[in-house]
Amino acid sequence: MISYLVRRFIQSAVVLILVSILVFMAMRLLPGDPIRMIITASNTESFSEEQIALVRHENGLDRPLAIQYFSWIGGLLHGDMGKSILQKIPVSDEILRRIPITFHLGILAFIIGLVIGIPAGVISAVRRGTWLDTLVTTLSNLGITVPSFWLGVLLMYFFGLYLHWLPVMGYTSPFTDFWLNTRQLVMPVFCLALFPIASTARQTRSSMLEVMRQDYIRTAWSKGLKEQEVILRHALKNGLIPIVTLTGMGVPMIVGGAVLIETVFNIPGMGRLAVTSVLNQDYPYVQGIILIVSAAVLLVNLLVELTYGWLDPRIRYD
Amino acid sequence: MVNEATSNIINNNAGEFAPRVSEWRRFRRVFLSRGVVVFGIIIIFLFIFVAIFAPLIAPYSPNEPDLTHTLQNPSAAHWLGTDSLGRDTLSRIIYGTRTSLEIGLIVVSVSCIVGITLGTLAGYYGGWVYIIIMRFIDALMSFPMILLALVVAALLGGGMKNVIIALSVALMPSYARLMCGQVLSVKQNDYVLAGRAMGASNLRLMLRHVVLNCLSPIIVLITMMLGATILAEAGLSFLGIGITPPTAAWGSMVSDAREYLLVLPILSFAPGLALMLVVFAFNMVGDGLRDAIDPRLRGIL
Repeated sequence: MISYLVRRFIQSAVVLILVSILVFMAMRLLPGDPIRMIITASNTESFSEEQIALVRHENGLDRPLAIQYFSWIGGLLHGDMGKSILQKIPVSDEILRRIPITFHLGILAFIIGLVIGIPAGVISAVRRGTWLDTLVTTLSNLGITVPSFWLGVLLMYFFGLYLHWLPVMGYTSPFTDFWLNTRQLVMPVFCLALFPIASTARQTRSSMLEVMRQDYIRTAWSKGLKEQEVILRHALKNGLIPIVTLTGMGVPMIVGGAVLIETVFNIPGMGRLAVTSVLNQDYPYVQGIILIVSAAVLLVNLLVELTYGWLDPRIRYD
Repeated sequence: MVNEATSNIINNNAGEFAPRVSEWRRFRRVFLSRGVVVFGIIIIFLFIFVAIFAPLIAPYSPNEPDLTHTLQNPSAAHWLGTDSLGRDTLSRIIYGTRTSLEIGLIVVSVSCIVGITLGTLAGYYGGWVYIIIMRFIDALMSFPMILLALVVAALLGGGMKNVIIALSVALMPSYARLMCGQVLSVKQNDYVLAGRAMGASNLRLMLRHVVLNCLSPIIVLITMMLGATILAEAGLSFLGIGITPPTAAWGSMVSDAREYLLVLPILSFAPGLALMLVVFAFNMVGDGLRDAIDPRLRGIL
């Protein structure tokens, strides 16, 4: 078990290093230049070649690629992600300020996805062929289809602008005004959660249908166990592995969704930051955000693999 | 004695076989058995038809501004109203099908060819080839697809060609991973060993025996990915990093229309509805194909 953990940690670290190299190289080798962005932003008519070279030098962008890369990595190990090229402020401060916001959105969407998705899938599998099943299947098929950004705009119109039930957009810290924060989050969280709910329900349904055919379920029934017991203890627990896998894969989906949803609802989270910094080609931001997101995803994948052993003791880690 | 035993087994097996139904007929029956799949097929054909004949169907030019008729409500002349430049929304949605279909088809072909090649090589050769390719794929898969596409598209700088490159890079890993898993199991089969014993080259084994037997889940994945690709392209256009204006794209139409949400909500609703319909159709047909080709894939895809 320990050796398995160590090995998996090393593997994840290797992937993370690969991610850092990929992102770093992509940012440097593809066309696009942050210095040009500064010039456009500063509205100056013309920068002389010397000035451009000076700005480039100030940001250390004139050094050889390998040196730039290692100085970035060296800083990372000290918790320093470099300075924003455009705003001249430490990237880590801004990212740390925004992580909680996206995390807040994401974790709510994640939990709601499980809490609604799994029971919906179980009910639809157990009551296969009834109107309940048809309802769940239809809704979940629609749910994996709806473009989240469009749904956001739609909800914004109906509940914000038309009915005035909810604030149209924005984000307030829950510590300043918890009630306003909750009201502001209803729509974005729903948009983010819809895909996890729908995909979890679909996966749970097919997984349960598969398990319910097994002999041990028939045995459980014929032992005279209660329906609840058979379905939760015998069927669901054995059907959970593919669901857990899917949940793990859902994390990048939620972060990706946050990029769009934070843009729609004007929420100052990581997703919004990612879009603006990508548009400004602010290298340190983009690199930092992607590395943090990848680290989170890899961690979740590791956790997912560890739950396999808990769900199915036949799975050994060695 | 041995002969008798084997012939017995053969006879027994033959006795248990169900009456032979043609594979194609079984496929068709399962595939078309659900109404929603048939609905999806019809929508896809309609979508392709509209994309091809867009100039004949669209009542107005999609890009030409008409500043005397800006932000019109739906009327007999403009069924879905006009946008802030006086362009007919319906015509732009119709031309938008072209953008979506074109990008969907090209991205899916590029990413699936690259993904299949990498996945096959990794699965077939194993060892170092496997480690290098699959770690690279893992790295690509560890961040959100839309973020990856966003970064690549922003660096390359918008436009149809660059969006296609960005989305191909972002969507390729899922093919590679699926293909690699398939190849790993298929190459265990005896016929691959037999092929090798007969002196077939690696290339021949890969192409004739391994790849062809891995294709059915890939075909299902392709169908589903067509929807996902179109959705991702719309997401990029929505963020303003996709198709450059004035080309009609559903994502940027929704984004542009947000400013006029209070005045003319249909401007943002209509393109999104078209998008949803198409993605829904591809997903449902993908589901149907999966059930018809190989129901055992139900947990995987």
